[in-house]
Amino acid sequence: MNYHWDWMFFFQETDDGLKYYDWILSGLGWTTFVSLASLAVALILGSALGVMRTTPKRWLVGLGDAYVDLFRNVPLIVQLFMWFFVVPELVPEKLGLWMKQDLPYFVIAIVGLGLYTAARIAEQVKAGINSLSRGQRFAGLALGFTEWQTYRYVRLPMAYRIVLPALTSEAMNIFKNSAVTYAVGILELYFQYKQIIEKTSQVLEITIVVTMAYFILAFVMNRILAFVEARTRVPGLIVGQKGGK
Amino acid sequence: MSDFDFSVITQNWAFLAEGLRYTLQVTVTAMIGGILIGTVLALMRLSSIAPLQWFAAGYVNVFRSVPLVQVILAFYLIIPLVLQMITGKSTPIGAANSAYFTFTIFEAAYYSEIMRSGIQSIPKGQIAAGYALGFTYGQTMRHVVLPQAFRNMLPVLLTQTIILFQDVSLVYAIGATDFFGAADKITQRDLRPVEMYTTVAVVYFVICFTLSRLVKRLQSRIAIIR
Repeated sequence: MNYHWDWMFFFQETDDGLKYYDWILSGLGWTTFVSLASLAVALILGSALGVMRTTPKRWLVGLGDAYVDLFRNVPLIVQLFMWFFVVPELVPEKLGLWMKQDLPYFVIAIVGLGLYTAARIAEQVKAGINSLSRGQRFAGLALGFTEWQTYRYVRLPMAYRIVLPALTSEAMNIFKNSAVTYAVGILELYFQYKQIIEKTSQVLEITIVVTMAYFILAFVMNRILAFVEARTRVPGLIVGQKGGK
Repeated sequence: MSDFDFSVITQNWAFLAEGLRYTLQVTVTAMIGGILIGTVLALMRLSSIAPLQWFAAGYVNVFRSVPLVQVILAFYLIIPLVLQMITGKSTPIGAANSAYFTFTIFEAAYYSEIMRSGIQSIPKGQIAAGYALGFTYGQTMRHVVLPQAFRNMLPVLLTQTIILFQDVSLVYAIGATDFFGAADKITQRDLRPVEMYTTVAVVYFVICFTLSRLVKRLQSRIAIIR
């Protein structure tokens, strides 16, 4: 094989005075930041939607279902392009101009990725709530809790623990999906990967390094959530991917 | 909003349809290839031969922890290198062709996990019964286990295929002209992002929504086995 291996290129200077490994590290930083921020958006919105879909109110259920259908049936990259290029044209002109000029790119990317993932999290949260016996809600109501209080004190604390394994895999997915935000100009890990290939054509070295970087990110996320899972385990339950997809 | 210009879409419809056809071709190729390779991987993973288990586990874990866009780009660049190594001369294969290969290899990892849980959902007694009837390993798998595993997992396999259909849009990374890529190229030329991207989103939505409803119906129809 006449491929020219050169592992030392990571320590070479780039045009901007940094070294290639600095690019990788900054890519890692952006990937982590965008992913965690999107995860926060997705968890909050996804939980709200998941709860909505289990309430007795028909219109709330319909709204939640519609959201999930909409956001699950359009590819992520198309959704991101919609947020970047279509939404600013449809909102009032002043707001659109502000979105195009002043709003930092990563905010739109985080919102886009977050709303996309929220649909998936809503599915898990709904499955978790539905896996509880109805008696739990009735017991809450019988104790004088309001509907909301049965969620807050009875059902959600159980539901989250039950679906934690499924949420773990969504949390790992979000790191992979954050790579798609490169398409709208976020300087995350994959973006830097592409950049470095264009500059150096050391395809194999950089592929190995970036693949390992994604591995490590996923692994760390997995360990953190496994720790949370162990700490919050409900005694007496065989917690598995109950009611998942 | 008032100046939504439908003529951009009607004028470029042929080009968009061509892109959609490519998307469908990649989806179908990767589905068939992926399920075949995935089934072999699942059998390897469940076999009693340790090196086969390691290989299958390694394959599945590597592809499942790497972003698809990265794999698309990496394969696009690495396949010609490998081909050159084998044939000795440089053979550029192009973005459009490399995607067929990439998606088949990549999706095999996901299909393999589905097939594995399908195989594992079959009671052990059935395998024992197969052996008791004098079937070899291959016959037991082919006539007893795999048909049931496949049937049980059909809705999940199809759901994965819908995801695959959406994921083909990521060939944007290597500039291939799939459905989304076609719309993007027209946008670069005509500068009508609102019409083009909205059309793409709506078409994707209609196709995927319809298919996922059909899968749901199929699911309730074949659930009667148990």
